[in-house]
Amino acid sequence: MSVAELRAPEHEAPLAEAIVSIEQVSRRYGDGDTAVDALRGVSLEIERGKLTAVMGPSGSGKSTLMHILAGLDRPTAGRVVLDGVDVTGLSEKKMTLLRREKIGFVFQFFNLLPMLTAEENVLLPLSIAGRKPDEQWLEELLLTVGIADRRKHRPSELSGGQQQRVAIARALVSNPAVLFADEPTGNLDSATSKDVLHVLRNAVDDLGQTTVMVTHDAGAASMADRILFIADGRIVKDLRESTAREVIAAMQEVTGR
Amino acid sequence: MKRVALKGIFGRKLRTALTAFAVVLGVAMVTGSLVLTDTMSKAFDSIFESSYQETDVVVSGRSLVDWSDEGNALVPDSLLRQVRALPDVEAAAGSILDLNSSANQAHLIDRDGEIVMGNGNPTFGLGVDPSEPRFNPLELSAGRFAQAPGEVVVDASSARTLGFSIGDGVKIAVGGPIKTFELVGIAKYGDVDTIGSATMAIFHVDEAQRLLEKPGYDVISVAGREGVSDDELLRSIAPLLPANAQVRTAAEQADADKKGVSEFISFIRYALLGFGGIALFVGAFVIFNTLSITVAQRTRELATLRTLGATPAQVLRSVVLEAFAVGLVASLAGIAAGVGLAVGLTELMAAAGLDLPRASTVFQTRTWVAGLALGTLVTLAASVAPALRATRVNAIAAVREGAVAPRGRLARSAFPISVALVVVSAATLGYGLFASDVGVATRILALVVGLLTLFVGVAMVATRLVTPLAHVLGWPGAKLGGAAGQLARGNAVRMPGRTAATAAALMIGLALVTFVTAVGNGLRQSERDAIVRQIDADYVVVSQNGWSTLPAVVGETAAEVDGVEVASSIRRERGRVLGDGVDVSGIDPATLGEVFHVEWSEGSPAALRSLGPSDAIVRKSFADEYGFATGGEFLVRTPTGLMLNLRITGVYDPPRFDSLLGSVLVSRATFDRSFSRPGDSLTLIWSGQPLSTFEDALAAYPDARVVDDETFVDDRAAEIDGILNLLYALLALSVIVSLFGMVNTLVLAVFERTREIGMLRAVGLTRRQTRRMVRHESIVTALIGAALGVPLGLLLATAVTRALAEYDLSLSIPVGALAVFALVAVLAGLAAALLPARRASRLDVLEALQYE
Repeated sequence: MSVAELRAPEHEAPLAEAIVSIEQVSRRYGDGDTAVDALRGVSLEIERGKLTAVMGPSGSGKSTLMHILAGLDRPTAGRVVLDGVDVTGLSEKKMTLLRREKIGFVFQFFNLLPMLTAEENVLLPLSIAGRKPDEQWLEELLLTVGIADRRKHRPSELSGGQQQRVAIARALVSNPAVLFADEPTGNLDSATSKDVLHVLRNAVDDLGQTTVMVTHDAGAASMADRILFIADGRIVKDLRESTAREVIAAMQEVTGR
Repeated sequence: MKRVALKGIFGRKLRTALTAFAVVLGVAMVTGSLVLTDTMSKAFDSIFESSYQETDVVVSGRSLVDWSDEGNALVPDSLLRQVRALPDVEAAAGSILDLNSSANQAHLIDRDGEIVMGNGNPTFGLGVDPSEPRFNPLELSAGRFAQAPGEVVVDASSARTLGFSIGDGVKIAVGGPIKTFELVGIAKYGDVDTIGSATMAIFHVDEAQRLLEKPGYDVISVAGREGVSDDELLRSIAPLLPANAQVRTAAEQADADKKGVSEFISFIRYALLGFGGIALFVGAFVIFNTLSITVAQRTRELATLRTLGATPAQVLRSVVLEAFAVGLVASLAGIAAGVGLAVGLTELMAAAGLDLPRASTVFQTRTWVAGLALGTLVTLAASVAPALRATRVNAIAAVREGAVAPRGRLARSAFPISVALVVVSAATLGYGLFASDVGVATRILALVVGLLTLFVGVAMVATRLVTPLAHVLGWPGAKLGGAAGQLARGNAVRMPGRTAATAAALMIGLALVTFVTAVGNGLRQSERDAIVRQIDADYVVVSQNGWSTLPAVVGETAAEVDGVEVASSIRRERGRVLGDGVDVSGIDPATLGEVFHVEWSEGSPAALRSLGPSDAIVRKSFADEYGFATGGEFLVRTPTGLMLNLRITGVYDPPRFDSLLGSVLVSRATFDRSFSRPGDSLTLIWSGQPLSTFEDALAAYPDARVVDDETFVDDRAAEIDGILNLLYALLALSVIVSLFGMVNTLVLAVFERTREIGMLRAVGLTRRQTRRMVRHESIVTALIGAALGVPLGLLLATAVTRALAEYDLSLSIPVGALAVFALVAVLAGLAAALLPARRASRLDVLEALQYE
């Protein structure tokens, strides 16, 4: 299947600026008395070429929101459109191909394959898709994330920050429509976190890479173009570019009520 | 993706190596069996072909009665003169040479006066014509061939081991008491020192005829004149042949000579391959289990691949590819090990009394193709279920803590399926065991398929049994081992499926060992009962190997000892009735009843006492088979071609398990008239004299052995032990394979529980306690294997005993042996835990706690 086939008809296309849009999305886990509503009717548009941060206390539903935006999880109700494709009813196979073509992931625990070198890890998505790597693009990428001199090392020989840079390069290598980062600095010290965040920020600024980042670190959120606050399965605040102090204040406001 | 699969192998070296070893052993056994039997086959080929190198055609006696002590019919002396006179014939020579029967016995005596027996190896007497060396299959390595009476040549191997040199006086028992011969030469057979571990005493052909009481030749070798074809030679000889002789080309003769040996080799081949198959089957369990655990542990890794856009098919392919690569490499290693194993197997069989000729190793294309294909296919087959499970890992597992693959539809209905499997396999086994009118091939197929599905079914059912079993079997450990023992018991039941599969691999080996022991025990008991029911004497004279006959003179000598109240010899030879070979016994009507208990079906002891020259008493099973009854008449053909017309005066019904008398009993007088060179299978004696009196009296006959009645019974029963020991050694292989499975499971469990072990250590579990925890878990798993395998083996033994009820096979449960097996299981558990326990106890607490 090609990307073209995945593209939805023109008339259903959402706003030109929105690369992901969700309408009235709910997600319920379990049923009966033990049922938990992780999301309760969330509607949202993610803008193209921007870094969007999602914040919220634990159990707020921020991870669920990202999983649904990324097509990892399916909503119980509502609609998700990703780069023009309605993914709500998509088959598992089409979803896999969509991930391959349009989505990049960065995880809290890096999730690198331990037996592959840094470079091999970066190239893995292309190899899975059966595509030839563009040498020039690979070089540029390794330089951008700053692991060009570490390319032959295995994950166990790299520091946490270096591992996360490899993971970012891996997420970017196939030019995804959206990059999702799940607590990308959650497992790093503050100095390393800053470096990794700069890498992500540069990807947005230099490559125009749309990025969605879940975080509970106000410093990380302050690097974003837009910050969404979630509590009890709903978006409770939507900030534009803010300082760390503003983010902390907003966070306290959200948790306080 | 290929890289992911292949690099994964290197990333998990220990696990991969242990998994691979499970395949290596099975493949080694299969290739080893093939290499061994091919090598044996080639050795025999070269032996038989070298016998006729310069021979064009061979005249030989027909085999009139199979398995007779007499061997084939003889070719008369007069025929040699007639053949030599033919214009087409350049030269011809007669020889005494029969390597396919025990007809020509000549026992070498060593310097201590003991008969050279080795492992019941053949003791051939040969007669060759030294004036016609071209027909002589023997090649001198020193001295010359025997020219005159009193001279002998021995094989190079015996000369070496016994320290004989030319000019020595060599004692040989041939056709009666020991005589001394002058050693004039040492010879090889073709290019081997001897055939297997046979001893050879080579006489002048005239001397051999006299010593072995053979009024003729076994074979006449003929060379045609220049330009005479084999066909022409055959045509010119054919008209001269008496009824019981035949003429064949040298190549045909070599093929015929080989026939018995070839059948023996292919029997060994299939038996060994069977054990290789069992080892591979056990290996499949190990691979299945290891891959299943690996897939479970790689959940996050597999999920990450799915987030990167890998399809389920790609994930499936990567797991299968990994298995394929492991199977391929393991098979190659197994093939290499198999060649080494062939040498080991030769030693093993030599130890069990099957010494085989040695030749340079034969490694056929078929051998490595079979090894490669079997090893790889077994590994691939075992990887299918884990690979399918891997495809069910969802992408979301990449971001979730402790996510596991969802159970498939098949896994959810595993219990009903496993119960159904057990039922179906039991039915198949029952069909194979009890159905009448089934061909041998169908029966074997039903038994093999039934057994394999039974093992798989029980392994699956075992998932449900693990928890209660571990509770009971882990009790002593939990009591004695304190916290470590309790944790161990808990760990064993954490993943019942995993523990069940691990235990099942051991179960297979233990079930088969138990089965063999129980049936062997039953055989031994039946044998004892049968002999005790028949023999009623103080002493028994038998040959050293227990089954050859002794010259009649031995029994006669024993009977003349002072103080003998009754001595009754029982002659034995094969005869042919209506085309089938049967045992014929020659008995003394006057004395047999006093030393032997005959159970009558028709007739009475009176029929025995009045047994006339043309009377016969027959065995009930024989009478039933041919529809004979008292008063009926039938014909027996002897190995020399005589026909005996016998009238039935009684029918006896011996124990079906082991009858010491033949199917046809005739009086000794009739026997001695009808069979040439009459020999005794037994001489039974009543006497108050001590055993040593008889031993002294028979000192001149080293092949004779006098034993009291109890020893006789013990010896007969002990013959089964040799076979049992061989089976144990072969089954040990599958137990070893299952050990690798246990090591693997434990190593993986320790790896998986790293953080937990770190926590336990942090709250005060000592290294020693950590080791004990792993060890106890291993023992509990092993005991579960024993608790499943031993009853299963007993069940199978019961079924087989029932199926063979008509042979009076009794079932006796070897309680002592079962206790030993439980102990073996505990030791196996301990051995398997060595490495994993060490790894667990050496974990760095801090690192382990941070381990993710």
